[in-house]
Amino acid sequence: MRIHRVLAGVVTAMLPCFAPAQQDTLKEIERYRQLLQESNPAELYEARGEDLWKTRRGPKNASLERCDLGLGPGVVKGAYVRLPRYFADTDRVQDAESRLVTCMVTLQGFTIEEAKRNPFSGTGAPMITTDPFSGVGQRSVMTDLVAWIASESRGMTIAPPMSHPKERLAYQAGERLFYYRAGPYDFGCVTCHGDEGKRIRLQSLPKMDNAKDAQRAFGTWPGYRVSEGELRSMQWRMWECIRQMRFPELEFASDASIALITYLAKKAEGGTFVAPAIKR
Amino acid sequence: MADPMRIRASMTGDKVEVKVLMAHEMETGLRKDASGNAIPAHFIRNVTVTHGGRTVLSAQWGTSVSRNPFLHFRFKGGKPGEKVTISWLDNKGEKRTDEAVIAGG
Repeated sequence: MRIHRVLAGVVTAMLPCFAPAQQDTLKEIERYRQLLQESNPAELYEARGEDLWKTRRGPKNASLERCDLGLGPGVVKGAYVRLPRYFADTDRVQDAESRLVTCMVTLQGFTIEEAKRNPFSGTGAPMITTDPFSGVGQRSVMTDLVAWIASESRGMTIAPPMSHPKERLAYQAGERLFYYRAGPYDFGCVTCHGDEGKRIRLQSLPKMDNAKDAQRAFGTWPGYRVSEGELRSMQWRMWECIRQMRFPELEFASDASIALITYLAKKAEGGTFVAPAIKR
Repeated sequence: MADPMRIRASMTGDKVEVKVLMAHEMETGLRKDASGNAIPAHFIRNVTVTHGGRTVLSAQWGTSVSRNPFLHFRFKGGKPGEKVTISWLDNKGEKRTDEAVIAGG
């Protein structure tokens, strides 16, 4: 009896230790992230993206300087935090990357296939059998451009418009996709992002219907992944999550990808945009 | 031609604080591509920093330095408005030189 009581005492004395220990770990990870932020190579991508925006390319030998990202032709400042949004000329809701595809086609004269080629930078790309994502040392015009466009919204408030019926439709579709479970693992976005305090190894996973978590998640993509030595965009984030869930491949700039991004953007509304950030 | 470096140089007390981001693959030579062939090593070997004709930092690097390296250091003897020149040379003989003006602190 006495031993039991002593043991019980030890156990209760130990219990409170766990929570602070985990908080310390999170704080240390946070400190590590801040140290990394100073040396964020995303800046190199942003610089290239800015050059690319002004460079004459494609069959029409034109720059993207007249590309309309939603705030009028050529307006980049603050455009990213107001995306995805409805565009009348294409009659669809578009995020930054799908809009860039449109501009590359209409202004520069590329075909849609050409504009969509190499949407993600190649080095450190996930192990997949199908191109166009793999290939070592492969740079992505799309990634560089989106890095710069996102950087022009740094410090601003995430405010996706929700006034057009198609924007609301995209949000609803995104929500459905988020909760949709399927595939060999019966997985869905919600499996990892529906509960508080979940992790994959040391990565804390955001709970997407918690505004703070969603703001932090949405507000830090695009991000430079130290482990991959590459800058990764929001489209890549969607594509990679879908791949990890063993779903069929998410097509780059597809309506499904944009719907998911619209859903996340709305969930993150009111948060501060700090991307391109740096990630482990 | 390699991409330009991003250099920030400013005064902190009586020292010049320099932060440099270099765009470089820093390939170790140990990785393999999708078809199983080794990716040739490609990395920065020498980094030299000069200020007013004087070498203030000289480094020999190898494959253990990360992709897109970040270099952060301080040196004495610089003043606002003066130039800092940074060069690197890699194992393929490619090189890049950039300079920055020291900002006040």
